[in-house]
Amino acid sequence: MLPDELTAHGRHVMTVCNACRYCEQFCPVFPAIERSRSFSPASLAHLANLCHNCGECLYACQYAPPHEFGINVPRTLAEIRVRSYEENCWPRALGLAFRRRNLQTALGVAAGLVAATAALVWFFNREALWPSDGSANFYLVVPHGIMVTLFGAVSLFVMTAMAISGARFWRGVGAGRPSPLGGLWPAVHDVLTLRHLHTGGIDCASDLETRAPWRRWCHHCTSYGFLLCFASTSVAAFYHTVFGWPAPYDYTSLPVVLGTVGGLGLLVGPAGLAVLRQRRDPLLGDPASGGLDASFLALLFLTSLTGLALLVLRHRSVMGILLIVHLGSVLALLLTLPYGKFVHGLYRALALVRHHGEI
Amino acid sequence: MNLAGLPTGLQDSRSDPTGYDVAVIGGGNAALCAALTARQAGARVIVLESGPRDFRGGNSRHTRNFRCAHDAPGPFLTGTYLENEFLSDLASVNGGGTDEALARLVIRTSATCPAWMTSVGVRFQPALHGTLQLDRTNLFFLGGGKALMNSYYRAAARLGVDVLYDAEVVGLHFAASRFESAEVRTGSRSRTIAARAVVVASGGFEANLEWLREVWGEPADNFIVRGTPYNRGTPLKLMLEAGAQSVGDPRECHAIAVDARAPKFDGGIVTRLDCLPLGIVVNRNGERFYDEGEDVWPKRYAIWGKLLARLPGQVAFSIIDAKSADKFIPSVFPPVVANSVAELGRLLELPPGALEATVDAYNQAVRPGTLDLTRLDGCRTEGLALEKTHWAQRLDTPPFWGYPLRPGITFTYLGLGVDERARVLMKHGGPAPNVYAAGEIMAGNILRRGYLAGLGMTIGTVFGRIAGEEAAIHAAR
Repeated sequence: MLPDELTAHGRHVMTVCNACRYCEQFCPVFPAIERSRSFSPASLAHLANLCHNCGECLYACQYAPPHEFGINVPRTLAEIRVRSYEENCWPRALGLAFRRRNLQTALGVAAGLVAATAALVWFFNREALWPSDGSANFYLVVPHGIMVTLFGAVSLFVMTAMAISGARFWRGVGAGRPSPLGGLWPAVHDVLTLRHLHTGGIDCASDLETRAPWRRWCHHCTSYGFLLCFASTSVAAFYHTVFGWPAPYDYTSLPVVLGTVGGLGLLVGPAGLAVLRQRRDPLLGDPASGGLDASFLALLFLTSLTGLALLVLRHRSVMGILLIVHLGSVLALLLTLPYGKFVHGLYRALALVRHHGEI
Repeated sequence: MNLAGLPTGLQDSRSDPTGYDVAVIGGGNAALCAALTARQAGARVIVLESGPRDFRGGNSRHTRNFRCAHDAPGPFLTGTYLENEFLSDLASVNGGGTDEALARLVIRTSATCPAWMTSVGVRFQPALHGTLQLDRTNLFFLGGGKALMNSYYRAAARLGVDVLYDAEVVGLHFAASRFESAEVRTGSRSRTIAARAVVVASGGFEANLEWLREVWGEPADNFIVRGTPYNRGTPLKLMLEAGAQSVGDPRECHAIAVDARAPKFDGGIVTRLDCLPLGIVVNRNGERFYDEGEDVWPKRYAIWGKLLARLPGQVAFSIIDAKSADKFIPSVFPPVVANSVAELGRLLELPPGALEATVDAYNQAVRPGTLDLTRLDGCRTEGLALEKTHWAQRLDTPPFWGYPLRPGITFTYLGLGVDERARVLMKHGGPAPNVYAAGEIMAGNILRRGYLAGLGMTIGTVFGRIAGEEAAIHAAR
């Protein structure tokens, strides 16, 4: 749908919802709809990101297709959500990524980075590609200074892009209001517990008849796995720079334990989410944005798989190749964070902060 | 599914003509309450729903609560609502003629319904915002009536109730007054379904435009059917032809004022307008015709359908000003907006000058007072031939809003006479031995006129459970 059509359709849906109100207790979206009587593109973006796509309201809706009103709140908000990712993206030109071939782009970036790294190592330090000493010395393959500089620069870029995108979204949805920062803590609580994937003790719907907790649990595995891996990297960086303890670390060391547990989460979670998405009623999602989920999940899975393989095989000769694939995957994951599904966490959290600030 | 289009597992019982204990005609609240109760009592049950799966549940799809007696506050109901108050609320809209024994049975049994409903998977919620006056008397279904029906159908699948969709009953076969089988049409095929007992829970005839026209004449063409297009009243007609006792006046029904732009069928809740008591309501001549502030809205909204049906052209206009714009749940259609009363009259195509004259006279008659929508506030007019007795405030703040109104019919009260065991009474010779009725099709025993919000679902739930239980007991004999 064109942006104007989508806005018009979103308004139609919200008008019906506001006149009906039967779904009021399902989630915060419906009370938020009731607080407003006109729906600007920014307020639609707020509602869209407040929606957790639990699906309950589609099946409860007396106006759902094939009814002539054609109300499908989860799908309409999913479509508006992707458009809000696109419009708030920095730099704006890359917003295109949300719409077109996100999966192919992400995997292409990963493959390109792996190939480029491999080529550079082959060119500068050919023996390191296939180290035979079993020392697990990663910095022989890619020197520490280069690793730090490269990942530092990419991380800085990602943080800048996310911060600008988040600020744009916040300004848009909060236009003309006092900053409702009082909603911060309840929002953090909602995010950490995924409260709106089981509001009132009801698990989210995967079709008319099925309510199951798996989507929430897989999401927990994914997000907490991601945080644990991030913590592992941070601890390792701290060890290296403050204590002067370089990698590799023991199996029982903090970075390895954190990374292993997190890495397992990042295998189970994304794989589970991918399977569940396949099985889920297609009516619940935006059919045009399927690649968004797939690309993020694929890169998370790839990163974790190569990381764990590297841990187990770090004393073998294959370490050199594995390290290159792992670093390429991580770099691709980082670079695509602001242009893929990852941003849903940012916008949804901000929408929750505003929501809690309002009520 | 197999080639015959029947759910698997159905074939055995189909080849055995006595395979079903209980056939339930209908697929709404009363029908599913009957089917589940009969199944829980051990009966083999089939549900014959005339609508397709997507639109299953009849008018129950569009409901949101049921009126429920209770002697203590609960998680979703405030205060208490005792039998006598419930009965006097009913009497106040009904104007006599109720079968008091059946009414008391419904009221008393309503108190036991929530526990049973919860046990089969129904969930409740606090009263919706904007329906403040209902939080003591009416229990709201979480997500509304379609979610309720989904829970019931889910329970039916779990318990092993067979359900046929798109299954319209076109014939009923009796031996004397004993039900033997139903002729069911699914698509182009007909089949006969036999059962030891039948529960008729197929609603009224409100979606049968020809029948409405027979009863109402030409005005019926301007009615909007708020609910399902599948309540064509065929089983009701078949039962009456077979000699069942009829109750209720064919013209009596639950009908309200809906937005004139609503679709002909199935517009549901979003086409209703709650702003009538906030301003004035005029006919197509621009004149008021009824006291808009007669009583609190939940007790009076249901008289407006029939008021409109009697107007020329079956059309009226609700007029409010900017002071009221945020005091009611908006309808799905935008108001007609104008900066002066004269311009609004023009946009609504009322006779020139008529609306200004009505508004001027009304404004001059409004006595000062403090508006309070939650109670009979005494803000009234004085000196008009037709006074507005509460919530009267001057229409003086632009922009002025107008909504065109038409009668929206919810369900008809013409039905089958039943006894306290839900057995259908025959014109000659007492109750039929194995025919039971529940829901809209017998609501006329209790509702003769008027309506109380949520009462239809109460009658359906209570009588559905009674009918299901009695039918199962009969079948087990």
